[in-house]
Amino acid sequence: MNREIWITGIGLVTSLGEGRAAHWAALNGGAVPVVDTDTFAPYAVHPLPALNLDAQIPRKGDQRQMEPWQRLGTYAAGLAIDDAGARGLVSDMHLIVAAGGGERDVAVDEAIAAELAELPDAEAGPRLNERLANGLRPTLFLAQLSNLLAGNISIVHGVTGSSRTFMGEESAAADAIRIAHARLAEGRGEIALVGGAFAAQRWDMVLLYAPGGALWQGAPVPLSERQGGGAVLGAMAAFLVLEHAEHARARGVRGIAKLGGVVTDASRRAAQGDSAATAARLLRKLPLGAGPLGIMSGDSGTAVQADEARFLAELPQAATRRAGTLIGHGVEANFPAQVALAATAIEAGGFYPPLDPADTPSDAVPRQILVTGFGVFRGEALALVEPAS
Amino acid sequence: MKDHLGRPLVAVTGIGMVTPLGWGVATSWARLLAGDSGIRRIGRFPLDHLKTTIAGTVDLPEEADGGSTAFSSPQRVERMAAFAMAEAIAEAKLGSEGDFPGVLMLGMPPVEHEWPQRFAMARAAHSGRYVDQVRAATGHRDLYETFLFGGIGERLAARFGTKGAPISTTTACATGATAIQTAVEAIQRGETLAAIAVGADGSVQPEALIRFSLLSALSTRNEDPARAARPFEKTRDGFVMAEGAAALVLEDYDAAVARGANVIGLVAGCGERADSFHRTRSNPDGAAVIGAIHNAIADAGIAPAEVGYVNGHGTGTPENDKMEALGMRAVFGDAPPPISSIKSMIGHTLSAAGAIEAAASLLSIRDQVLPPTINHVEPDPAITLDVVPNVARHVTGLRHVLSNSFGFGGQNVCLLLSAPPEA
Repeated sequence: MNREIWITGIGLVTSLGEGRAAHWAALNGGAVPVVDTDTFAPYAVHPLPALNLDAQIPRKGDQRQMEPWQRLGTYAAGLAIDDAGARGLVSDMHLIVAAGGGERDVAVDEAIAAELAELPDAEAGPRLNERLANGLRPTLFLAQLSNLLAGNISIVHGVTGSSRTFMGEESAAADAIRIAHARLAEGRGEIALVGGAFAAQRWDMVLLYAPGGALWQGAPVPLSERQGGGAVLGAMAAFLVLEHAEHARARGVRGIAKLGGVVTDASRRAAQGDSAATAARLLRKLPLGAGPLGIMSGDSGTAVQADEARFLAELPQAATRRAGTLIGHGVEANFPAQVALAATAIEAGGFYPPLDPADTPSDAVPRQILVTGFGVFRGEALALVEPAS
Repeated sequence: MKDHLGRPLVAVTGIGMVTPLGWGVATSWARLLAGDSGIRRIGRFPLDHLKTTIAGTVDLPEEADGGSTAFSSPQRVERMAAFAMAEAIAEAKLGSEGDFPGVLMLGMPPVEHEWPQRFAMARAAHSGRYVDQVRAATGHRDLYETFLFGGIGERLAARFGTKGAPISTTTACATGATAIQTAVEAIQRGETLAAIAVGADGSVQPEALIRFSLLSALSTRNEDPARAARPFEKTRDGFVMAEGAAALVLEDYDAAVARGANVIGLVAGCGERADSFHRTRSNPDGAAVIGAIHNAIADAGIAPAEVGYVNGHGTGTPENDKMEALGMRAVFGDAPPPISSIKSMIGHTLSAAGAIEAAASLLSIRDQVLPPTINHVEPDPAITLDVVPNVARHVTGLRHVLSNSFGFGGQNVCLLLSAPPEA
């Protein structure tokens, strides 16, 4: 079976705001990046906007059981369910979350490291046990478990068809969408919620990515000017409600867009150009039409951007948009966010103006939009977004 | 050959396993059937101030007895996963060295910097503060690649030459089963003719132990480690953390037969159901647990009465075992099949458990024997099930085994393992 799958709901949060209408307006209205260059200097981040958490996570007890990453994801998941008008469908809704790690308690970590790091092992070990046993909040463990974003989405929004969590940075999200799409297309369920969240304003994330040379230092410059120098992390969450087209029609819902296909692979990246070649092979698996093509580039500004440029050079007729110049790189949330922006443009019957100096100067309205994802470490992914017929 | 839903049958042609009882299927399985315990005093780090001091740790071959803090959890996960994968692929005789013709589905725990790394960064920075450590860690690409979520999957994919993007999953205690299910679905969809699913965990380090301890999830029966894990028993007081890995080579049945492979069994059905009740507890009505069991049996196209044995989740926490017994009664009524928990012997291997227990289920079918639930001294009057107490049992005609995995966060996955089709 290969059933048509629509995107019927989008929950999108970035530093530019929340919701697809707000993003359509902001990106068409000359939005400038929202940047915090001080808190994590020399690394800048695009911070979260203020969220009215009570609107999606009404119980304070639930909010207290989470840290910012889980709250952000649970919030965006709720936005997507609302956007799809699917509150009544959650009990049989399937769920795949692309997750990173949960928050550390930075104050506890810093105090313990300062106190014990220089002690001999024989002394540090016992004291570490004591400090952790007394210093860790029991609920923090649950806020740290990667699968508990999905757990919280089940608890807060009642999504219980199934629940899976994928890990592995950008790739995890692309495969989450690919598999959610494939399962619906073959008839395993009628509706699914899929996406990810990334809380960028966290020292533990900076400490993870900075040693890999993955982060841009200093004030951000547009993606196309970074020469692989690094990503600017962006707080971001994006969830999509995917639905079998017939199921949506039967309940009187029009698709925001059709998800025409999602393909993924992971090049070993042994040599420059391998990643581009992998993406080129993936492209051949997608039903590209003859009409105007738009590209929502998932460019992160890291070393692999040279390969993305090489890949895009093979599509000279397409109009490319690099939203990351405005919203930064959202790791597990990045690919879903780019798909959300593509679907938003398709639904609006237009496209975004150039968002980066290197974006194609074109005002053609794309009939299809190709979303690219080149993981900072590994993973190549493409998605094709088209009008819902 | 197709199943009742017109999907290709999914054959298991290779199994690999690492448990606290040993490296390799043969040793682990023999000792499981002998009722041995792999639970012991933790030797890896100091035990002062800990409420629980026992675990089912797995020493790496080059480690002294008891182990050390020289290896981080992701390193242990990668080593055990690689061993299990190599063993499974060797048995399946599929592909060639470094060129496995299928996808990789890896069930593993989330990873993050651990205290040895934190202390090293703090020493390098002469400061405990993150801002200073970030500066000191700059250029340490090894730290980045070791603790990335995608790092282990990438290295295993590169080593074994699996195809496509490796997928790493975590659904807490159901993780291993989720990895198998994701692989099975890829074969059923016709995306691939082969896959390798592996679940691995190596989380016995101070912070992880303390976190579980703070949730009051762990047994504190420290004085007699081998007797601490007591699934389904009246005096059970929590699970025992453990480590290990298992891998299954999965193939399109027709493709496996065509190449002359030995088919050990089938993954005939997968069922899942999420719970929305509580972060660490199941809904008291058992709906999600019951739904997952029902879905697995229905997915396999058999009747509940055809299930001959259940390899239980059986963690040994008061709550889990009660819920699992409730689920058994709801699905199987007055005549439930025997259920045993190998966690009584090897502890709760967390992200590996679903894979190790699926592997054990297949071995039960292969050898027509049920591993025991050891430490069964005083039955729980609320759990009136045949738990195969203390001694392995030889059986005949066992064709269908249910393997249950129920996770924190409400993620429940059940697998239905079956004998190969009769000629």
